Amino acid sequence: MAGAQAPERNGDHFVIELQGAGYSYDGTGLLSDLTTAFAPGSFQFLTGPSGAGKSTLLKLCYGELKPTKGAVLLDGRDSRQVGRDGLARLRRRIGVVHQDCQFVDHLTVRDNVALPLTVAGRDPAAEATNLDQLLGWVGLANRANATPPQLSGGERQRAALARAIIMDPDVIIADEPTGNIDWEMSQRLLALLAELNKLGKTILVATHDLALIRAAKPLVAARVLRLAGGTLTTAGAEL
Amino acid sequence: MSRLRLLLNRLVTHLMDRMFGDWQADRVVPPTGQTVWLTVFAAATMAYLAVFAMALALATGRLAATWEADLAQAVTIRITAPDAQADAQVAAVLTLLGTTEGVETARALDADDQKALLAPWLGTDLPLDRLPLPRLVEVVQDGDLDVEGLRLRLVAEVPGAVLDDHGRWREPLVRAAGGLRTLGWSALALIAATLAAVVTLAAQSALSANAQIIRVLRLIGAQDAYVARAFTRRFTLRAAAGAAFGTVAGLVTIAFLPEAETAGGFLTGLGYRGVGWLMPVLIPFFAGLMAFFATRRAAFRALVRFE
Repeated sequence: MAGAQAPERNGDHFVIELQGAGYSYDGTGLLSDLTTAFAPGSFQFLTGPSGAGKSTLLKLCYGELKPTKGAVLLDGRDSRQVGRDGLARLRRRIGVVHQDCQFVDHLTVRDNVALPLTVAGRDPAAEATNLDQLLGWVGLANRANATPPQLSGGERQRAALARAIIMDPDVIIADEPTGNIDWEMSQRLLALLAELNKLGKTILVATHDLALIRAAKPLVAARVLRLAGGTLTTAGAEL
Repeated sequence: MSRLRLLLNRLVTHLMDRMFGDWQADRVVPPTGQTVWLTVFAAATMAYLAVFAMALALATGRLAATWEADLAQAVTIRITAPDAQADAQVAAVLTLLGTTEGVETARALDADDQKALLAPWLGTDLPLDRLPLPRLVEVVQDGDLDVEGLRLRLVAEVPGAVLDDHGRWREPLVRAAGGLRTLGWSALALIAATLAAVVTLAAQSALSANAQIIRVLRLIGAQDAYVARAFTRRFTLRAAAGAAFGTVAGLVTIAFLPEAETAGGFLTGLGYRGVGWLMPVLIPFFAGLMAFFATRRAAFRALVRFE
């Protein structure tokens, strides 16, 4: 990728690096020779037309997919060499927010948000204060006992964000987080992401909404990457 | 003391969680009614059959041991001689046996004994004196009897006497009982395999129905063992509970079968004796264990397939 330089490792900070990474679905190349790195504490937008492979690239970044060419390093470890349990441990350091949120629908919002703690073997009851603060921070304190199907689109996205950050991850990846919500709610979510970035989190947001990227300019110094034709470029000032 | 209790409590909780999965993991997966009933019903049915298969294996094992021991301990000497010489030959045989090492007791059967032996086949109003029956001497050995040596001595000293160590019909009987015993244990193994197959199918069905939840769990950092435990816990407990019910039902049925002594037939002797009654208690444990491993295997395979 033009203009992208691999950052230096910053202490214990989690770095995602793509080294000539490519991905093919059934032999059809979707991504090819992607090289970039997401520096700790940076804010990145990933944009591009529908079907360009933004979601696939994000999946490579949190290890759901493994590159068919090149390598993706997660915290310095080649994702192809990491076993399933190792990958699960790495994912606890990467919070993911999907467009469709992906909740466990029969559990309450509170339980869904606490789920990463549970799977990591931590007792949610012992971290109830943090949980309450987090739900308050995303504006869902009064919806904690609702189930996900009872939430609005914006509330679902904020609940997904809360679940993504409950483990205090180093990296937050959001795939079209504003795809199903109105403009006001999109800005509110963006503000939350910007706040997390100020706390030192690395943020990677895939979106085709250029207005959202423009709206972020006063909030964060974001790098914008454009994915098209299987390759990645740094978008210029035209955005 | 309270620290020890806390430590023990933690240890037991940890072991239970490792074995059956923790409650939190279990709660993540919603119950699916179809697989609940399939597992419980299959486990109950298989346990019911297992009680009978185990009873068959144990009963035939006892039977083979009894035949082997009782018949091997006794030999019979048959004396075929004209009436005038019969008593003399019987006396000669008894004298010979009196000097034979390994003979514990030797007794010539009288007419009443022989009548009793033949009664099951020929009835009780038997005119034995009109039948040319051989005279029989029953010998109980103490284990050191040289049967071949005795046979040779009889040939030399009492030519009309033939030694029968029951081997000709004892061996096929013992073999048959051994075969039935093998059949019983084989049936148990088949029942276990069938239960494992049914639980695997039910677990696969539950896993497929919850593929989305599994994906979410993996996404937020759940390790395979955590996801697997969410399923193994409930399938293990369902199989154990179903098997416990089936085992109790099987034991009640067995308890109401006619006693061997009452009916007199071999098959009515199917059942448990003494500590044998405790063996079926193992069935629910084994059913649970079987379900645990079957579900765990199905879960790990599914986890790899889903991703």
